[in-house]
Amino acid sequence: MKRFVTFCTCSYLIIAVFWGSLAFATTDMVAEASKRSTNTQQVELGAYLARIGNCMGCHTAKGGQPFAGGRRLATSFGVFVTSNITPDKNTGIGLWSEEDFWQTLHHGKSRDGRLLYPVFPYTEYTKVTRQDANAIFAYLQSLPPISQSNPASDIAFPYNSQILLALWRTLFFKEGVYEPDFSKSETWNRGAYLAQGLGHCNACHTTRNVLGASQDDTLTGGEIGGMNWYAPSLSSRLEAGLSDWPIDEIVALLKTGVTERSMTLGPMGAVVRQSLQYLSEKDAHAMAIYLKSLSDNDSKISSGVNFSVMTGSLRRYLDFGGQLYEKHCQTCHGTDGKGAPGIYPALAGNRSVTMKSPLNTIRTVLHGGYPPTTQGNPKPYGMPPFQQILRNEEVALIVSYIRNTWGNRASLVTAVDVERSQGGTH
Amino acid sequence: MFRVFVFFLCFIACVANVNGGTTAVIVPDTMAERVRACTICHTGEDKIERDAYYPRLAGKSQGYLFNQLRHFRDGRRIYPPMAILLENMSDEYLQEFAQYFSLLQLPYPKPEQFSMQAEEIALAERLIYSGIPEKDIPSCSACHGDNLMGIEPAIPGLLGLSRAYITAQLNGWRGGSLMRSRTPECMYEVAKQLSDDDVNAIAKLLARQPVEGKSRPLSELSPELRKRCGHQILLSEEMK
Ligand code: HEC
Ligand code: HEC
Ligand code: HEC
Ligand code: HEC
Ligand code: HEC
Repeated sequence: MKRFVTFCTCSYLIIAVFWGSLAFATTDMVAEASKRSTNTQQVELGAYLARIGNCMGCHTAKGGQPFAGGRRLATSFGVFVTSNITPDKNTGIGLWSEEDFWQTLHHGKSRDGRLLYPVFPYTEYTKVTRQDANAIFAYLQSLPPISQSNPASDIAFPYNSQILLALWRTLFFKEGVYEPDFSKSETWNRGAYLAQGLGHCNACHTTRNVLGASQDDTLTGGEIGGMNWYAPSLSSRLEAGLSDWPIDEIVALLKTGVTERSMTLGPMGAVVRQSLQYLSEKDAHAMAIYLKSLSDNDSKISSGVNFSVMTGSLRRYLDFGGQLYEKHCQTCHGTDGKGAPGIYPALAGNRSVTMKSPLNTIRTVLHGGYPPTTQGNPKPYGMPPFQQILRNEEVALIVSYIRNTWGNRASLVTAVDVERSQGGTH
Repeated sequence: MFRVFVFFLCFIACVANVNGGTTAVIVPDTMAERVRACTICHTGEDKIERDAYYPRLAGKSQGYLFNQLRHFRDGRRIYPPMAILLENMSDEYLQEFAQYFSLLQLPYPKPEQFSMQAEEIALAERLIYSGIPEKDIPSCSACHGDNLMGIEPAIPGLLGLSRAYITAQLNGWRGGSLMRSRTPECMYEVAKQLSDDDVNAIAKLLARQPVEGKSRPLSELSPELRKRCGHQILLSEEMK
């Protein structure tokens, strides 16, 4: 009997130990698995946020390895070369901690304390929350490490001075996570958070002073130094303000790059293809709500019409442009300038054509282009380049014509304007 | 210029026909319509205008065209006007462009006429059909097919190209300029060993020949050369 009890106790003990260890193992495995799944969740979130921040767009050389850097960004202050942000220990950010990464995204300082140039739009990314920053970091750390050293940036004197940069930062860099405006809806705040932070719309759509600092954050539009493109005001109905657009159409523009009345060009096409098309429906909606709410700010914008009456001689001058239009453009954009909505943009009533700066219109006539390929518009139609066919005077005539026909009214353009629009990159 | 004009006239005539003279723009849902931004330069044959030559694309192998389009977009082959057009395009769409042009059948232009010295002909023929084994230059025909019509999927034919275009391409590789991709590139390895005289003779002889026959299958390429050009072949296979 005793033996039996002993046996029982023993086996009980054994069983208990067995169960115990099993239970232990299971909780451990559960904990491990849930850690892993929060980790995968965090990585997935980070992947999404990195898209919205378009980190890959800048941190990948043309035709190069994703996130390994080496892309050259031409600016008015020199040529900047982006860094390798894959987790390679020697050439990337493999040795970085979450804290180091936060210091970069939020404070604009590298791991070694070096002040970073605002070409890296930390002036906007500073609004990103710590939690979102950590997710992006987790995602970057999950990428395959790529060993690639990139050449140093070639920054012009005197901008290459860290002291000057420190001064610039005290003057123009407002550090701080996005603060919600409680008088507005949660959706609006989400949209504002995305547009002002990760989406860094203000990195391009802003008026800059000579030191390259954004003048305010109301998206009033400006020329992008080094790129030779004009990013229109998002708060003026004379330019690209969206206050009178239906929300669905704004969502369509962000996610597909084209709508019945508008098509994204050049750098904005790249932003849509690389970044905005991946917005979730909910976030696209939120961003649209925010963009639509931007107050009309027409006061700072003038139409820039530089003549008051359409005289007979002016009309005859424009007619030369009209003949060229008929020969080269009409088959796509139509005799009435109405185009084929969603395929060939209307030029009649198109703000992108009539806004004060003729830069984008001239560029488009010279170089042509395709709207971006996106999930919603995988096979776009294209606009041919005319640089190899038309002389600058002829381009000036055509552009003046389309800016002043079908009810359009804007300043005339000269061959000198056309000359000035050449060069620059995308 | 003239051809572009004719092209536009035809198109206007066509639109006018369909709509009986009304103004609405009718856009066919075809690749032919989508490549209009390309055909302003790339007409049926090689075309020379304002110091640039616009090579013919029709009938070239899809894999080769796809490789070139990616090279232009990604800055491995340099020609900015095309890079701007291709900038925001997915690989999938580039593949459709490549397919469209590869299936396009247009009559080839008549061969160009040049007078050539007997020695020049001999030099060109030796390079094209025998190569220079001691310098490790395989014959052009070993890679471009015994009939010089190319080997699928990634090696283009050498007939039906203009002398100006052939010369410029070979010099692009030779000059070591970044006009065309360099490494790892079997064609670069060949071209950099050619002299000016070699290039001139080859370009003339090739441009004089009429286009005949079909491109060859990959099995015609020796394993050794397949290995040398493995990079190109792999690239063009990637999408399938
Ligand atoms: C508009 C282009 C641009 C975008 C978009 C961009 N970066 Fe950068 N980034 C740069 C440039 C340029 C530098 C180098 C700045 C310098 O050297 O002063 C840089 C530097 C960095 C560094 C510092 C590297 C080091 O070694 O010090 C990190 C980390 C970084 N970026 C991460 C990101 C992340 C994460 C995103 C997306 C949320 C992002 N970047 C988006 C241009 C960009
Ligand atoms: C790299 C610079 C850059 C960034 C970043 C950028 N834009 Fe743009 N954007 C441009 C340029 C240049 C244009 C003018 C070309 C055009 O009309 O598409 C433009 C045009 C636009 C237009 C008008 C498009 C049309 O066809 O009517 C809208 C709307 C717009 N941007 C919204 C945004 C939003 C929202 C963001 C941030 C999420 C953003 N942009 C970020 C450069 C930029
Ligand atoms: C084959 C058809 C085609 C022809 C011919 C053509 N275009 Fe276009 N055009 C387009 C397409 C497609 C776009 C959109 C391009 C983009 O999004 O990058 C466009 C865009 C434009 C834009 C920019 C509109 C905007 O919303 O910002 C202007 C301006 C323009 N075209 C003017 C012209 C002029 C002037 C000519 C004649 C010299 C011409 N186009 C000939 C197809 C054409
Ligand atoms: C402005 C005129 C122009 C336009 C527009 C243009 N191309 Fe080209 N294309 C050229 C020239 C010039 C070359 C030869 C470049 C060189 O010398 O390397 C070329 C070369 C090519 C090649 C390589 C041919 C070969 O045999 O290696 C392909 C493929 C091509 N183009 C496709 C296109 C497509 C597709 C489009 C439209 C999206 C287009 N091109 C638009 C001028 C143009
Ligand atoms: C080892 C194989 C090989 C040999 C030998 C070779 N080629 Fe090529 N060639 C290629 C490949 C591969 C390409 C395509 C390159 C690319 O994808 O950019 C090419 C492309 C070309 C082109 C460009 C055609 C176009 O449409 O743009 C020309 C011209 C050419 N070769 C001429 C020659 C000549 C002349 C010779 C002999 C002297 C020669 N090749 C020998 C592999 C070879």
